[in-house]
Amino acid sequence: MVELKPGARFQSTVCSTEVIVVKGGGEVDLTCGGAPMVASGTGEISGSPSDDAAGGTQLGKRYGNADETIELLATKAGDGSLAADGDALEIAQAKTLPASD
Amino acid sequence: MNLMMLLEMAAEGLGDRVAVGSLDDGLTYRQLYDRAHSAANRYRAAGVESAVVCDESSPALPIALFGSAWAGIPYVPLNYRLPADDLLALAERAGSAVAIADEPNLERLGRLPGVSSVSAEAFRADPAAGTDGHASPGDWNMDPDDLAVLLFTSGTTGSPKSAVLRHKHLVSYILGSVEFMGAGEDEATLVSVPPYHIAGVASMLSSIYAGRRIVQLPRFDPDVWIDTVEREGVTHAMVVPTMLTRIVDALDARGGAPMLGIRALSYGGGKMPRPVIERALELFPITNFVNAYGLTETSSTISLLGPDDHRVAQYSTDPIEQQRLASVGRPLPGVEVQVRDDDGAVLGPGDVGEIFVRGEQVAGEYREKGSLLDADGWFPTRDGGFVDDDGYLFIQGRNDDVIIRGGENMSPGEIEDIAISHPGVRDAAAIGVPCREWGEKVVLLIVAGGDAPGPDELDDLIRERLRSSRVPSHVEVVDELPYNETGKLLRRVLREQFAHLGDDPTD
Repeated sequence: MVELKPGARFQSTVCSTEVIVVKGGGEVDLTCGGAPMVASGTGEISGSPSDDAAGGTQLGKRYGNADETIELLATKAGDGSLAADGDALEIAQAKTLPASD
Repeated sequence: MNLMMLLEMAAEGLGDRVAVGSLDDGLTYRQLYDRAHSAANRYRAAGVESAVVCDESSPALPIALFGSAWAGIPYVPLNYRLPADDLLALAERAGSAVAIADEPNLERLGRLPGVSSVSAEAFRADPAAGTDGHASPGDWNMDPDDLAVLLFTSGTTGSPKSAVLRHKHLVSYILGSVEFMGAGEDEATLVSVPPYHIAGVASMLSSIYAGRRIVQLPRFDPDVWIDTVEREGVTHAMVVPTMLTRIVDALDARGGAPMLGIRALSYGGGKMPRPVIERALELFPITNFVNAYGLTETSSTISLLGPDDHRVAQYSTDPIEQQRLASVGRPLPGVEVQVRDDDGAVLGPGDVGEIFVRGEQVAGEYREKGSLLDADGWFPTRDGGFVDDDGYLFIQGRNDDVIIRGGENMSPGEIEDIAISHPGVRDAAAIGVPCREWGEKVVLLIVAGGDAPGPDELDDLIRERLRSSRVPSHVEVVDELPYNETGKLLRRVLREQFAHLGDDPTD
């Protein structure tokens, strides 16, 4: 379990994925590639993503849960896919605002 | 959160794409990241409190911006056009610093205690800064409350305040409004706003996160702007109203042929004269226009009027849709807007009051005064306006009486103080009246005490003490100035009385 709060960063322990929390709070079982994620810079990468969690994470994409209480932004891509409390996180719809500055 | 996170992602995802400059010799995202690393080394080795920039736009600016974020010190862009005394007073407030400057400020700033000044060329080129290992890859601080940028704004009193923007505000703004790598490889944005303006800071951040190449135009000139668009393959640009006025005039002087290469043109920073935007919509017939409203204290844009609304307004016969051209559109996702009356009560659609905003990008903090956010996080913009039935926001001028000439805010008080310092002036009022070229121009009204000075004498006096942009377009001698019962100058009365000195009858 890790403590989610906006701005917190987590890394995968089985691939190169790193994320920053855009939205979310409280204790969550956050996994990548089926293995628990840890605070960035505190873990080693070993092994590989489990087969059922190897869809990959794309740089710069936002990942959210179904009830939109959690949103993560991938700051480093990797082979594992993200899940929170057992639910797979899916790519959230990109915002299409026109450039303003 | 740290601004460096944005550049790190761009360097990883976009690598060899050009970030800043021309396609053949510009800096790539990877090179920009490496230069930021060198700059962080320089700042840490010098042990300074601030990364000051007192120079026009150049690739040294994004390097300094990200290098300062990496080193954990604020980026402090100063207005290099300020008179020497004013500039030095601001620079002193930044504390010890490495200051990027051009002559003659290079020498002036270098004399301040704790300040070492360096030219933009030397800052960019000096490899020594990168060799002594003060910064390691990725070792920037991720505390979202760290200071990212200090920007000096001119307030009602005329004494500049330093607006504080923390990493969490700017990063929230970018993540909330820009899609990572959302720009195509052929896109380029032309930045002609001054680097000490919030739009100058925001344009670097949003373009880099979007992957849109930045082309810098240090000294705005409408013909150079048009030529640069064509030469550099520019697809996007942001201008203040004065610039658009001059671009429109220059295009008309060239025969009025439409410009088709610009895909998106955003404008903001002051009130856009209606005839100018209407002509611009004709001269840029397939361009996506965006009217952006924002403040320094809100990390740039909080509300925008999008491309479709512009074209609907252009072609519609419905007065409500036509009127939208005068609005700043709807708030960004993640930004809430309220209009309140003088007692703080929230007003409904159509009622005019003061605009309040709330959101993660809203900083609303000054070094001198602390946070201006209320207990629920709302920031008073001091702008008046209203929201229509469909949620479109209309701005009706500053609640305080700042004159906005060509996107540059100036306090009437500073002009009045100087006028009154003349022995022949008993009282003075500076007001802005609407004008097509500058948005507003400065009109100075004086009450003579004894021998009234001529307009030239006052111009010289003001030019000597302030910037040339402060020099009034008109000086009028009046018998007395209108005050209310509590002694407050009724500027509104004066603005109406002297509106004929402007040249924009629709305004």
